Amino acid sequence: MSDTSAIRQGGNARLTRLQAALVVARRDFIAVLFSRAFFFFLLGPLFPVVVGALAGGIGSQVQREAVSSEIGLAMSVAENESMLAAHAALREQLGGRLPNLVAIDEAADSEGFDAATVLVEQRENFAAIVQGSLAEPELVGTEDQAKRWQGMISLLAATASGNSPSVFPNTRAELVATSASTERGNRVRTAQAAQFFLFLLTMLLAGMVLSNLVEEKANKIIEILAAAIPMDAVFLGKLVAMLGVSLVGIAVWGSFGLAIWGVAGEAITSSGSMDPASLPAPAVGWPIFLLLALLYFSMAYLLLGSLFLTIGAMAATVREVQTLSMPVTMMQLIVFFIAAYTITQPGTWPELLAITFPLSSPFAMVAHAALQDGLWQHALALLWQGAAVILIVRGGSRLFRTRVMKSGNSGQAKPKRKWPGFANTRS
Amino acid sequence: MALGDHKDTGNPAPAGERALAIEARGLVKRFDRTFAVDGIDLSVPEGAIYGVLGPNGAGKTTTLRMLLGIIDPDEGVRRVFGHDRPHDIARIIGYLPEERGLYPAMKAIEAIAFMGALRGLPLAEGRKRGLELLERHDLGHAAERQIRQLSKGMAQTVQLLGTLVHRPQLVVLDEPFSGLDAINQGKLERMIRALADDGTTVVFSTHVIHHAERLCEGVAIIAGGKVPYAGSVEAARDRIPAQVRLETRAREGAWLAALPDDARREGDFFTFSLPESGVELLLRQLIEGDAGILSLAIERAGLHDAFVHIAGEAAARALDADTEAELDQ
Repeated sequence: MSDTSAIRQGGNARLTRLQAALVVARRDFIAVLFSRAFFFFLLGPLFPVVVGALAGGIGSQVQREAVSSEIGLAMSVAENESMLAAHAALREQLGGRLPNLVAIDEAADSEGFDAATVLVEQRENFAAIVQGSLAEPELVGTEDQAKRWQGMISLLAATASGNSPSVFPNTRAELVATSASTERGNRVRTAQAAQFFLFLLTMLLAGMVLSNLVEEKANKIIEILAAAIPMDAVFLGKLVAMLGVSLVGIAVWGSFGLAIWGVAGEAITSSGSMDPASLPAPAVGWPIFLLLALLYFSMAYLLLGSLFLTIGAMAATVREVQTLSMPVTMMQLIVFFIAAYTITQPGTWPELLAITFPLSSPFAMVAHAALQDGLWQHALALLWQGAAVILIVRGGSRLFRTRVMKSGNSGQAKPKRKWPGFANTRS
Repeated sequence: MALGDHKDTGNPAPAGERALAIEARGLVKRFDRTFAVDGIDLSVPEGAIYGVLGPNGAGKTTTLRMLLGIIDPDEGVRRVFGHDRPHDIARIIGYLPEERGLYPAMKAIEAIAFMGALRGLPLAEGRKRGLELLERHDLGHAAERQIRQLSKGMAQTVQLLGTLVHRPQLVVLDEPFSGLDAINQGKLERMIRALADDGTTVVFSTHVIHHAERLCEGVAIIAGGKVPYAGSVEAARDRIPAQVRLETRAREGAWLAALPDDARREGDFFTFSLPESGVELLLRQLIEGDAGILSLAIERAGLHDAFVHIAGEAAARALDADTEAELDQ
């Protein structure tokens, strides 16, 4: 006979909840990480980035060529040379704002040169053509181009005629980092960017939790897990595993982004698409802000993931899971919009509400970190969000036990037979 | 009802003589307004092979799930090795659910080790023991193969080995014979006997009476969420008096008056329940009455007859239908 006396005397023989969660987390993490599906999942967001970068590069090149800033000079040969000399002199002061000037030899040689015809027939890639004389320059071009270059051509003509100062005084610049009025306005950009990225990553990655639970149900292994360890440990293990997988995904995408930035950062910045370096430093400083952003992403992920697990708990079929997850996704969108709205409402009750409501709290707090210094609020918020995760996980696992484990066929109630003398319902 | 407050359920042995591995009193489970299980009492002694016998939909799986702590009862109490919460002693319990399931991409050896790890067995030890178990069951060659690459029977064996890898003291098997061919059913029966020989308590549910009859020391007959009988197989069979089958040369005579009231003629035979006083007195009367006894057989009731007697004709018909359906598969 087995010796079970120690067990009978109250001795426990089980894993702790944390140990049990880690067993599940380890299995799920390895299984997802080394699956082909995850490889393609990682590639997924990179495709639009690569395609976007290529399209953007090509587009900006096309635009550069299409929207030419080349002005033709159709004055006399001497005046053309004067204009070119003035251009060279002013370039030091005005840099890229000056249009390129190209002398049109054909105009100097031909009496019948018609600038309008050249432009309409698009014989050359000119934005406009300057004709007339230095004293009375005439700019031929479309209304937009004429308005755009009129001032510059006047300046060039004046300089060429010697009517402008030959020496420009050097204006001393006294630079300040920011001003009180602009500091908050600038940091709002950082707050918005952080919120957006947090939301994007959470929505992109939290769905994995749902598909993981659905897979578990399909594999019919959930009952083995539920029999061996508490259901909340199963849920927690899955959340931790999927969070780990998500962080790997973020690390891969982040590395890819940094690599692209390293190679083509200058081009991206000059094309005007984006310039992350121009984002103002958050109130808590970049290192702490990035750490807080990572923690808030984790919390946002765990909160949404635990909610998705609860949905999985309530649903008996994959179709039900899909149907039920839609309202939660929509709710998350609303929550995000509320958190985004409160960026411009510091200290008001909407901000307090956004910080207090668990699902919007990470978004509101990451914005808070960008806009205001102080760390104790973040410690408090993280504790509160962690408590909310535990509460949702416990509620979800309870629902799972009561609603899904109904009968022998994975939650689909077997038809009960009615036996004479053994009624299934009590009156 | 409190545990230890025993009513006579005809269990194999009183609690005082043999410690109970499982004890349940008045378990009730409702799903919506349907009673899946309605006041079940069970007592499973340590080291016993115990069957939960009933047709599909009778409440077997729900009962086992409550005993294991997968779901909680709405009413009643359960205790496994003295613990109210079975999860507290998960390391010494093994469970094979009715719905077989494994991760398809997992290797067989990893699946076994993982199931052991869920019960607290270190992964390295689980792999070592898993390989030993696989080799003992002629599946050593499949250790590194993915579950999806195994046949259904092999995958079922892998799952069973995963249930046993941590050497549990209580093994609960939900319809373990379901889906197995005759050879594998025989293997499983031998495995269950070997577990019991080592002192492991084995509880299994089945809708096939022969398995319970061949293996079990005790059974709980379950129908419609109720347990009309829980006790030893012998006691269940004794619920029906043994049947006497008598063949005589004489068709008529005064000796006929000696036959019990329930005697009925079936061709050349009389069939009746064995009198409480035995057959000696009856034999004397038949001989003195010159009945000319050609043959007399005393047939003890089988578990199937006991099931019909206890659970009723309808439940028995359902049980037979389930058995036939499985044989057809």
